[in-house]
Amino acid sequence: MALSWLLLILLALAVIGFFAGRSRALASAGGNVRDLHSLPSYYGYNVALTALVPAVGVLIVWLLAQPMIVNSTVSGLIPDQALLEGSDRGLIMSEVRRVAYGLDGAVASGAMTETQARNGNADTDALTKTLKDAGQILTQDVTQPILVAAQKFRSMTSSGTVAMQVVVLALALLGAAFAYVRTHKEFRARNVVEQGVLALLLLAASIAILTTIGIVLSMLFETMNFFQLHSWKDFFFGSTWAPNFRGGSELSILPLLWGTLYISVIALLVAVPIGLFAAIYLSEYASGITRSIAKPLLEILAGIPTIVYGLFALLTVGPALVSMFGDGGILGVDWMASSNAVLTAGLVMGIMLIPFVSSLSDDIINAVPQTMRDGSLGLGATHSETVRNVILPAALPGIVGAILLAASRAIGETMIVVMAAGAIAKFSGNPFEAMTTITTRIVSQLTGDTDFASPETLVAFALGLTLFIITLGLNIFALYIVRKYREQYE
Amino acid sequence: MDSKAIKIAANNVQVYYGDTHAIKDVDVQIEDKTVTAFIGPSGCGKSTFLRCLNRMNDTIDICRVEGDILLDGEDIYDKRVDPVQLRAKVGMVFQKPNPFPKSIYDNVAYGPRIHGLAKNKAELDDIVEKSLRRAAIWDEVKDRLDAPGTGLSGGQQQRLCIARAVATEPEVLLMDEPCSALDPIATAQVEELIDELRSRYSVVIVTHSMQQAARVSQKTAFFHLGNLVEFGETGQIFTNPEDPRTESYITGRIG
Repeated sequence: MALSWLLLILLALAVIGFFAGRSRALASAGGNVRDLHSLPSYYGYNVALTALVPAVGVLIVWLLAQPMIVNSTVSGLIPDQALLEGSDRGLIMSEVRRVAYGLDGAVASGAMTETQARNGNADTDALTKTLKDAGQILTQDVTQPILVAAQKFRSMTSSGTVAMQVVVLALALLGAAFAYVRTHKEFRARNVVEQGVLALLLLAASIAILTTIGIVLSMLFETMNFFQLHSWKDFFFGSTWAPNFRGGSELSILPLLWGTLYISVIALLVAVPIGLFAAIYLSEYASGITRSIAKPLLEILAGIPTIVYGLFALLTVGPALVSMFGDGGILGVDWMASSNAVLTAGLVMGIMLIPFVSSLSDDIINAVPQTMRDGSLGLGATHSETVRNVILPAALPGIVGAILLAASRAIGETMIVVMAAGAIAKFSGNPFEAMTTITTRIVSQLTGDTDFASPETLVAFALGLTLFIITLGLNIFALYIVRKYREQYE
Repeated sequence: MDSKAIKIAANNVQVYYGDTHAIKDVDVQIEDKTVTAFIGPSGCGKSTFLRCLNRMNDTIDICRVEGDILLDGEDIYDKRVDPVQLRAKVGMVFQKPNPFPKSIYDNVAYGPRIHGLAKNKAELDDIVEKSLRRAAIWDEVKDRLDAPGTGLSGGQQQRLCIARAVATEPEVLLMDEPCSALDPIATAQVEELIDELRSRYSVVIVTHSMQQAARVSQKTAFFHLGNLVEFGETGQIFTNPEDPRTESYITGRIG
């Protein structure tokens, strides 16, 4: 029985339970809805949810747990001598799975019988041929240990699946029966259903939080592995970034941090004035029609994927800058050699951040009460004096918060810097030179052939965690400031 | 009383909000150094009319004003008149105290700084002190001029706003229900203050409280549904109104 059938049966059970519960509740009240504690549909939902939720919950857990248990059991069956040179248990296991699925497919298409598939003493060469003829994908010939493991895999999986179906259906029936029996006009179905909905909401919220914790923990463990292989002094206080997969790398975060901060500062120098002025224009001066057109247009900028910004930097902004500051350029200076430069990445990242700053600042400026504006205008101030002397100071904490949030986006931004900033880690103040950032180094350390036991790869986790802590700190600080400001007018 | 000069003369004023005719044919003469009260039920247009007197309605897009309003004989809706200059001459105090999120000192110094009324810090200090004294709040705040204005109590905030308004040396002071957000004690202080301000300014006050109008004003205008129903000496309006609608309102039968 396929999983979809199981789900359909559960669903059907829930629907039947809904109507059965509803009519039982109505019957217990003699057909008079007013005698019921809750509306009839609540009794129905109670039966349906009691049938569905525990069963589906067990189903999900089972589906996640079964492959893990089967894998670890089967993997223990493979003798060490079966491991070929240059392969490991993980590769063997994927071959075992392929054979198992091949057997499944062959049985399903009629190329062999179930008995043949279960025969542990079958001739492996003949089996390989049968499977290949049946159109199943095998990467190598079936060997005896793999066949045994695959057969064990099949039998465990199929018996596990049957057990799962029995347990899930039994649970659903039991739940439905329990709720159905409890259905009575005095029963507080509404409260029970609402408790159930509350539990679902809570579950959704905790999944988000647990995921965050999981991410942090996984980074933390890998980071600890890294610091066992590499000195933390070099990581935090060294001056050179020179990863070398043959060993003896110098892995210091400082040159990367310098590049990250330099590019972020340039991005903010672009984004903050433009974004803020755009926000002031839109919230204070623009007519309703202008605002209704310009604001969505500005927010489209926020919806552009960052890789597209990266292309823009690489193909348009970089060459344009070179033609200005490069050799033989308009300005007649030779400052910029390549289009990969801090300035390119910073400018484009600044453009990316404009809607971020403007949209948040716009909200904050709009939150300044109208009575403030009236008060200032009533004293004979012009509109721009009002903006400068009253609205901006009143909105300043919120705007600072918006800028900090933008800064944390800039620090964590990856695609633009990967494409436009270059790959050279160094301390330099020259914005026309290529530099690199923490995020681009994480990408380059983790892409390609990687060995998760070398410090050169594990350093990515240490970099990631450091980045996470920096942006987290900035975000918390920004939210603190924004919240403090909000309290002022409420 | 009759000898006093006319400060503001409004003739045949109409105000529209979009298609709504909010003020119809209003004629009012506001005398110098007099407190004039506008009374009437909610939505009768008294606040709207008050906001016409310093062109605060200009900030509302859909609002349109017709007719003449003369300040010292000059039409304030004339193209040559800068509304910003006008508002420096016709100050305004709002219903809800709205101190700026600045220090008490900076709140009061706001107008003088914008209009360049002080040549140096000493003069500015002087203006701030005089204004706070005039608004009867100096003794309460003189030791904490650097504290934020928003930290004061409601009554103090409103008096701070009055100090802020008088700091620009206006000729007319418009007050839009200045006591509606205040408790009786703070109201009494503000009313006392209004009476003192009368010696220097022409004060126009919108109020929902008829007792307040009777206490502080010399002239009263009664608005109803956008019309000016009756305008005259306060004493006469409250004791012997000519119009039956005025009588109904002040005796509490309508409104």
